[in-house]
Amino acid sequence: MSQTNRIDGGLIDRARTLSFRFDGKTFQGHPGDTLASALLANGVRLMGRSFKYHRPRGPISAGSEEPNAIVELRSGARQEPNTRATTAELFEGLDARSQNRVGSLSFDLLAVNDLLSPFFAAGFYYKTFMWPKAFWEKLYEPMIRRAAGLGSLTGEPDPDVYDKGFVHCDLLIIGAGPAGLAAALTAGRAGADVILADEDFVLGGRLNAETFALGDDAGADWARAAVAELAAMPTVRLMPRTTVIGAFDHGIYGALERVSDHLPQPAQGKPRQTLWRIYAKRSLLCAGATERPIAFENNDRPGIMLASALRSYANRWAAVPGREVAIFTNNDDGHRTAADLLAKGIKVAAVIDNRKSDAPGTNRYEVLAGAQVIGSSGRLGLSSISVRLQGGETRTIACQALGVSGGWNPNVHLTCHQRGRPVWNEALAAFLPGGALPPGMTVAGAANGAMSTAGALASGAAEAVAALADLGFKARPADLPEAEDAPVRISPLFHVAGKGRAWLDQQNDVTVKDVKLAHQEGYRSVEHLKRYTTLGMATDQGKTANIGGLAVMAEMTGKSIPETGTTIFRPPYTPVAIGAFAGRSAGKDFRPVRQTPSHKWAAEQGAVFVEVGMWLRAQWFPRPGETHWRQSVDREVLATRKSVGICDVTTLGKVDVQGTDAAEFLNRIYANPFAKLAVGKVRYGLMLREDGMAMDDGTTARLAEDHFVLTTTTANAVGVYRHMEFCRQCLWPEMDVQVISTTEAWAQFSVAGPNARRLLQKIVDPAFDISNEAFPYMGCGEITVCGGLRARLFRISFSGELAYEIAVPTRYGDALVRRMVEVGREFDAIVYGTEALGVMRIEKGHAAGNELNGTTSALNLGMGGMVSKKKDAIGSTLSEREGMNRDDALTLVGFRPVNPAETFAAGSHFIAMGPEANAKNDQGYMTSVCFSPNLGHTIGLGFLKNGAARKGEVLRAVNPVQNVETLVEVVSAHFIDPEGDRLRA
Amino acid sequence: MIIPHPLLGPRDSQEFTYLGDANLIDRPDWQAEDAVDRFHDYLYLRDNPAGEHKELWFHEQGDRSWLVVTRNTLTHEIISAELARDVARTRGRSK
Amino acid sequence: MHDLAALTPLGATAPKVDRIGAMTISEVTDRALASVSCRAGKSTPFQSAAKKLFGTGLPTPGHWADGATYGLIWTGPEQWFVEAPFGTHEDIARIVKEPLGDTASVTEQTDGWVRFDLAGKTAVDMLERLCPVPARRMKKGDATRSIIEHMGCFVICREPDHFSLIAPRSFAGSLRHALCAAARSVA
Repeated sequence: MSQTNRIDGGLIDRARTLSFRFDGKTFQGHPGDTLASALLANGVRLMGRSFKYHRPRGPISAGSEEPNAIVELRSGARQEPNTRATTAELFEGLDARSQNRVGSLSFDLLAVNDLLSPFFAAGFYYKTFMWPKAFWEKLYEPMIRRAAGLGSLTGEPDPDVYDKGFVHCDLLIIGAGPAGLAAALTAGRAGADVILADEDFVLGGRLNAETFALGDDAGADWARAAVAELAAMPTVRLMPRTTVIGAFDHGIYGALERVSDHLPQPAQGKPRQTLWRIYAKRSLLCAGATERPIAFENNDRPGIMLASALRSYANRWAAVPGREVAIFTNNDDGHRTAADLLAKGIKVAAVIDNRKSDAPGTNRYEVLAGAQVIGSSGRLGLSSISVRLQGGETRTIACQALGVSGGWNPNVHLTCHQRGRPVWNEALAAFLPGGALPPGMTVAGAANGAMSTAGALASGAAEAVAALADLGFKARPADLPEAEDAPVRISPLFHVAGKGRAWLDQQNDVTVKDVKLAHQEGYRSVEHLKRYTTLGMATDQGKTANIGGLAVMAEMTGKSIPETGTTIFRPPYTPVAIGAFAGRSAGKDFRPVRQTPSHKWAAEQGAVFVEVGMWLRAQWFPRPGETHWRQSVDREVLATRKSVGICDVTTLGKVDVQGTDAAEFLNRIYANPFAKLAVGKVRYGLMLREDGMAMDDGTTARLAEDHFVLTTTTANAVGVYRHMEFCRQCLWPEMDVQVISTTEAWAQFSVAGPNARRLLQKIVDPAFDISNEAFPYMGCGEITVCGGLRARLFRISFSGELAYEIAVPTRYGDALVRRMVEVGREFDAIVYGTEALGVMRIEKGHAAGNELNGTTSALNLGMGGMVSKKKDAIGSTLSEREGMNRDDALTLVGFRPVNPAETFAAGSHFIAMGPEANAKNDQGYMTSVCFSPNLGHTIGLGFLKNGAARKGEVLRAVNPVQNVETLVEVVSAHFIDPEGDRLRA
Repeated sequence: MIIPHPLLGPRDSQEFTYLGDANLIDRPDWQAEDAVDRFHDYLYLRDNPAGEHKELWFHEQGDRSWLVVTRNTLTHEIISAELARDVARTRGRSK
Repeated sequence: MHDLAALTPLGATAPKVDRIGAMTISEVTDRALASVSCRAGKSTPFQSAAKKLFGTGLPTPGHWADGATYGLIWTGPEQWFVEAPFGTHEDIARIVKEPLGDTASVTEQTDGWVRFDLAGKTAVDMLERLCPVPARRMKKGDATRSIIEHMGCFVICREPDHFSLIAPRSFAGSLRHALCAAARSVA
């Protein structure tokens, strides 16, 4: 199809032609076109179906405020619903489809909804689908979802990547129209760090859509020259295609840059979009203004649009929706459109000006003063309008397009993001920024009510000077060209009285009648009106609709608009794809992973890894023939207890504690005493929170009088370190103690089992005696291994076996584990993962994360006696609270099934034999459960009321989630070697 | 939010971890007659002002300083930020 | 001399270099690292001992400084990281602790960290996609710790187009992935 409605001029590149598809049909356009301008140029006015009634709709705007021309772009995994045809940049091969239709766009089966419109009035969800309740999920909701709504998602994973970015500037200028450009020139020439962001792909704002001159230049030429000057300034950063979506605390702004949306697909490795976090010392909002429509009966027919949009399409894009147009206006700006179109050779059938005596006269086109448009007709597009003349008689005027101008609304959105409340300006008949603006923000140009070009330029320059003065820059206002300076002459009119449906919010299908109905049903507050009618709640956030709704409401209540009030805006200014918020944190990159020193080796062994926080730890090491994880884990446990096993325990937090007060510091952060720990010894420590609950546990080694190394559980490493810094800096600031994490500096391996010492003796250098006598249980020391590598050795045990932990500088961890496996071959040494580690600690009765769950005290853990009452320690005082020391307090004990063939689950609750299983009869709960390959049956640890005194008792372990019960016997938590002989062997 | 770090200047709050009321600095004397009551009040009874509030922030992804930040909970305005260690010393805490 | 072979933080026998667009991203493994903290009440003797040992004054908050052998990075109040050539200073903590004596607490940090050097004219563009610090305003001598994709990370400006990033060693693979992605993004 040829571009029948393409006229001369415009900012498009006619030297190149682009092919694109809309609803399967191929069209041509040019670089510089939007999808909407290209479709209009091709004679297509119908671009979508409305949300509720499936009425045919075309674009009413030429920008991001568009409610109607909402389309699906691209196909396959890149299909994107609900994009605005008015901002989608045309590219070769663009594939777009209309949405919200059943059948074709020109014959939508669900257009029947329009005939049923009485049922879809305001609040129809609440009224129509109330009853019966069961119908909601099965019938109503699926039906509504199919009938109403917007585009569809692809369902496939997004193939694109999204970046996040962080930029800092002195002055962020939001909007690159006349005010923004004047401000940027002023600030840039003063040497300030400036960011100039604009959602459009061509900077200049309305200068690109108007015909008036700036000095000797056309507006668009002046803008182009200004942009070129700014681009050459080293401290100015131009950000086209970038929408500032929100104003957040302390000068932080969110901005979405559409990096690749104007390309068929992003270049290799490039993001589709970048979500910038802009740190601005000051910001200047130059967001311009948006024209608003006037509602009248059937004002939603394709071809009826904002007068300024008609002008933009003609001037910037050389496209018109028809060759014969009419204008409906209540202010002088409508006449500009008439004059511009006339100059382009378009027939202006009439300008219907609501004003009687104020309507300007001209002999270039017919002006119908004091008249109003009262209706429209044309199937799938405008063919004529009905006009009620000043005298009351009706006239029909043939036209394919109607430009409507109801006045201009300053774009105050970002001024509201921290609860600034706009104030009504009578002269402009519009809301201006008011109340508390985001700190550091000022407003210039049309956004602040300077509606003329000269006014916008001057206020942009002046506000830039003022903002920079706050920052210590002496800026001079940029020299500005002469420009039009017409005053605003308007006689407010928001809707034309009539019986039929007149559309206020075209995206959510809200009519004047709906607002009246809401009022009739008792809704008075604008916030309630909005939610009941859904006015302004669509993806366009009511940019062209809100004020019309307010005006109708004001009229109904007999109040003025300022008395009626306004809703305010919140981020984002325009919709943002969720992918942009996620950035690179998607899929397997959702968060970073931490690898242990033996990771490479473990992977070679075929280890199965598990995420522990960010760490990847080997969970078990399957061997050929093992088909179930339990086979691997049982083997690892049995082999360790029989001979020796090796496990990477690097992930445990390690904190280096030094200073003359280091011992006293540890004495205070652990419940049990540390002051007298001898050099060369290790001690178990229980760390409490100030409320007396267990926070963490671990071992601490004293390497020198003033030097300790403390370990934490893997999960609590970060929190314990933070707590230690809190104690050091906030509680005891004069203590001589220095702490620093060394978790990753040392690769640490547990070597456990009866042959642990013999294995280690093969790598520990002969100068170091690690016999039981020279290096007893809970000993530690700095040694060398493998011919001189410095290492640390700790004789500690989590498994209950004779065990050590050996640490070497991390880079040698891989080599060390390989060496240990090699020298351990003669002992049938095995490597074990976190599952076997867990089984062995449950067999030994050691508390771990499941038991240190934030609700358990030292007493609960059976370590009440460890809490020293002779010293000040975090948590010791509140451990004495009566409620925590009841006779029937929960204590940690072991459990085994009465019938060894039976099993039970962690989380089960203990109920005595007989009573009903409910909270009242609850006796405690199971925390850790595993199969013990050494005992041949399931074992568990759990907290039981007065548990220590109940050994031998039989209880029910009740699992109401799976509705099972198991009889269990209360036993010692130490299933293996309760006397601890193995540890000391 | 941006925290004005006393040593490092303005820093994004994502580098920080929040703890709460800065009165946590004033840990009671464990040997007081009514120590349990004092600790109870210290830990559980804190003001929740609508307005200026002194709070503890930890520069976890930074220099590991604890800060006392005075912040208006209504406007989010940050009035000041000090090293908690200095505040603790001023409040008479020692070893 | 021991016979255990070292692995780099990225798990190889030699450091990796990635060249993407204008950027060179190099894993740096030939530096030893220790933390040095001034002990309470020892500020004056510490400063003179440190100056003598390191050949440079202690850098102030947000900065680093170089002596002949040692480099110093401010890491926190009364705390610095000391860098030196790995070949001569593998046992850096012991080497540094001796002359500083009881004026300082010294902790070996060499293998706790991975260092990547970014060199090239898009270094700042890359950092702007990674990190909230004002990379474009950083000058030679600036050093600060911040966060990259949830990973704590020192950002050290050697020259305006040459930065060192130092992050916990276990993150090496994830950090390299993030750096390469950012380099491709701005290439």
